[in-house]
Amino acid sequence: MLTVYIMGKGYRVPEGLTIMKAMEYAGYRLVRGCGCRGGYCGACATVYRLPGDYRLYADLACQTTVQDGMYIAQLPSTPAERADYQLSQVAPRGEALLALYPELARCVACNTCTRSCPQKLEVMDAVQAALRGDIRQVAELTFDCVQCGLCAMRCPAEIAHYHVWQLARRLCGAYLTPRAQHLARRVAEVESGAFDAELDRLMGMGKDELAKAYQARDIEP
Amino acid sequence: MATYPKEMQESIVQVEATRPQRMKARFPRLSLAEQEALLRGFHPDYKEGGKRPLQVGPSQGELVPHEVADLLEAYPLLDPREVDLSKVDYDVDVLVIGGGGAGTVAALWACEAGIPADRILIATKLRHGDSNSMMAQGGIQAADKPHDSPAIHYLDVIGGGHFAGDPKLVRALVQDGPMIIRWHEALGVMYDKGPDGTMITIHGGGTSRKRMHSAKDYTGMEIMRVLRDEARSRGIPVLEFSPAVELLTDVHGQVAGAVLWNLETEEYLIVRAKATVLATGGWGRLHIQGFPTTNHYGATADGLVLAYRVGAKLRDLDSVQYHPTGAAYPEQLVGLLITEKVRGLDAQPVNRDGELFVHPLEPRDVESAAFIRECMPLEQGGRGRGVVTPTGMVGVWLDTPMVDMIHGKGTFQRALSSIWRMYVRFDIDPTREPILVYPSLHYQNGGVAIDENGWTGIPGLFAGGEVEGGVHGKNRLMGNSLLDYNVFGRRAGLAAAAWAKDARVGRLTLAHVKRYVEQLKAAAVPKERRAPLLLPDYRGERVLARMVDLL
Ligand SMILES: Cc1cc2nc3c(=O)[nH]c(=O)nc-3n(C[C@H](O)[C@H](O)[C@H](O)COP(=O)(O)OP(=O)(O)OC[C@H]3O[C@@H](n4cnc5c(N)ncnc54)[C@H](O)[C@@H]3O)c2cc1C
Ligand code: FES
Repeated sequence: MLTVYIMGKGYRVPEGLTIMKAMEYAGYRLVRGCGCRGGYCGACATVYRLPGDYRLYADLACQTTVQDGMYIAQLPSTPAERADYQLSQVAPRGEALLALYPELARCVACNTCTRSCPQKLEVMDAVQAALRGDIRQVAELTFDCVQCGLCAMRCPAEIAHYHVWQLARRLCGAYLTPRAQHLARRVAEVESGAFDAELDRLMGMGKDELAKAYQARDIEP
Repeated sequence: MATYPKEMQESIVQVEATRPQRMKARFPRLSLAEQEALLRGFHPDYKEGGKRPLQVGPSQGELVPHEVADLLEAYPLLDPREVDLSKVDYDVDVLVIGGGGAGTVAALWACEAGIPADRILIATKLRHGDSNSMMAQGGIQAADKPHDSPAIHYLDVIGGGHFAGDPKLVRALVQDGPMIIRWHEALGVMYDKGPDGTMITIHGGGTSRKRMHSAKDYTGMEIMRVLRDEARSRGIPVLEFSPAVELLTDVHGQVAGAVLWNLETEEYLIVRAKATVLATGGWGRLHIQGFPTTNHYGATADGLVLAYRVGAKLRDLDSVQYHPTGAAYPEQLVGLLITEKVRGLDAQPVNRDGELFVHPLEPRDVESAAFIRECMPLEQGGRGRGVVTPTGMVGVWLDTPMVDMIHGKGTFQRALSSIWRMYVRFDIDPTREPILVYPSLHYQNGGVAIDENGWTGIPGLFAGGEVEGGVHGKNRLMGNSLLDYNVFGRRAGLAAAAWAKDARVGRLTLAHVKRYVEQLKAAAVPKERRAPLLLPDYRGERVLARMVDLL
């Protein structure tokens, strides 16, 4: 057993639990601060300190193991405004990000964002790429972002990083990447009814006939 | 930290020893008869005593897991007599219950069909996007390559589901697939593509063509966050931490909104709606037969409970999907999903002795049954060749180093970055060491019966996504549920919008709940059973034993 301080109160919990499970073990029925429980949704942003260490750490409660003497506080939500836009009206030019999120220019390159990212992304590099107008690079650097908001809560320049990244990725996906030609062709074929006869035939089959057709499928290597 | 303990390392030596020869080996696929025998012998669905027939309601007599029956045969959380229906808090055209993938898609298409954004409301249990949709890793199927076709996809879906799916629903799924991917492309989803824009597609369990589209191994997150962003652009209102606890009907018997419950202030809220879309997702957090789960915190089958009380039929709930590869070590990761894409990229499942014992990509239920047989002790009829962990979990190896050996160094970290990150946090490098896996409760194959427009058969009530059934028969293939929530979320949203244009809502009632309570009483259902569940309870036993409600 070890002791953790949840919002200042000490509790004895077994070793090897995640912060999330330790809080539950201690008696918390979580409402906020718990979503996917698997490191994908960013609901469980948590800050903590360790005894004898001045540093403030930031991580996901569902992916971090408790340590003896840990002081834990969860962030129930991140207040951060998202710019108002319609994707179709944003030109995918370099200035787009800065125009909607001018506070990007306040970055002092302190690297706190990078240090507080539980996904270990190069957050500050992404800010710099955004300032240079390199939307593709922003999108690639931030693809694994779970939007937990920890960088935004710690940023002295008060940037709401994850909203910027979201816009960059959508611009990249929609406008900076070629569309799939085979996909466009297939959509047109479906619309023209090219597969209707075959689908009708399959729908009319009894179970035995279907099972035979299923077993006889050729499987792409 | 959690590198492997000694006994496990000894087994890894065996895995490494057999690897060179396995790299060349192809394990034969099982015939339908062999699959059937394996399922009967080892799949939890066939285990005696796991299910019972429903005693009350529109699907009376249907077999469902006890954990589900206990929720369907349960009294309402709110006493209908204590709810004041005359004060309406939100009056909308379309209410969408559930802010995961299906719900967001339904809202977007209702909006597209002409319902103004402020006449739509999404009510959801946690935050917008906290859902199974956010967690999908592997990919989404659609038959858009030249050598593939919706008809071939149809055969895969229907056969994979053991020929139990509804042909009309399967057709809708495969036919809309390419259009959905194209819609995503336009919304800015960053699919994995070649330099000319060609989709990079691979196999999934039970596919006969490589039609699995992905966005690294964050496919679900990437799609979900784009859809959510688009809903925000459109200004569609969302009420978070406000789960639906009951549907409302009007005096004509049509569904006319819902009673929500604010999880934080504990007040109830009345939503009157001309059309209602149920998009509450699945049931993983019921931990059927004690299995760990891959699902998000809010996957508690609430939608089934709500729909059943209002008279909707349920189907195929006798079949539960266990994902073959849930994490089995370290303890902190137990149950979490290891995407099928890992096997799609040629990692093989091997036993304690390093032996490959099943084709890596059999349909999920068959693959899971094979893992369970491998791990089950000899005296219980299994093969007893699983790897036991220090906490007593058992599992088989997934030989992850094969991914980079076959596809080139760096592939794992690039294509499977979420899995890589998950393990490296615990000092296990999956590009050097195999990882331990065991089946985990994953997906609700069946659900609320719908037609091809997502209509439940109850006037005013539509459903899309994991909450509905019939699309996947008795077993869903990977990549078809992301497609399902898009196809049927869209169809349900469009149908709800069309219905809302003509619908008139009369006086609100909870008469259906009162009637249902009478049936429960007649069937002598124990008084203390309450539903929906809303959230699982993981508090420690010591605390629960001493808990009192004083405030
Ligand atoms: C770990 C994991 C990996 C997966 N990988 C894949 C994959 O690679 N490919 C694939 O095709 N599928 C995959 N799936 C399955 C797929 O993600 C889901 O089936 C699908 O996303 C379900 O979408 P949905 O919108 O129906 O449900 P969800 O996305 O779960 O959304 C349901 C929403 O409703 C909310 N809700 C629940 N009850 C209530 C209530 N009473 N009131 C209001 N709101 C409520 C929930 O909180 C949630 O936000 C995976 C699933 C998991 C868990
Ligand atoms: S709960 Fe989703 S990231 Fe931790």
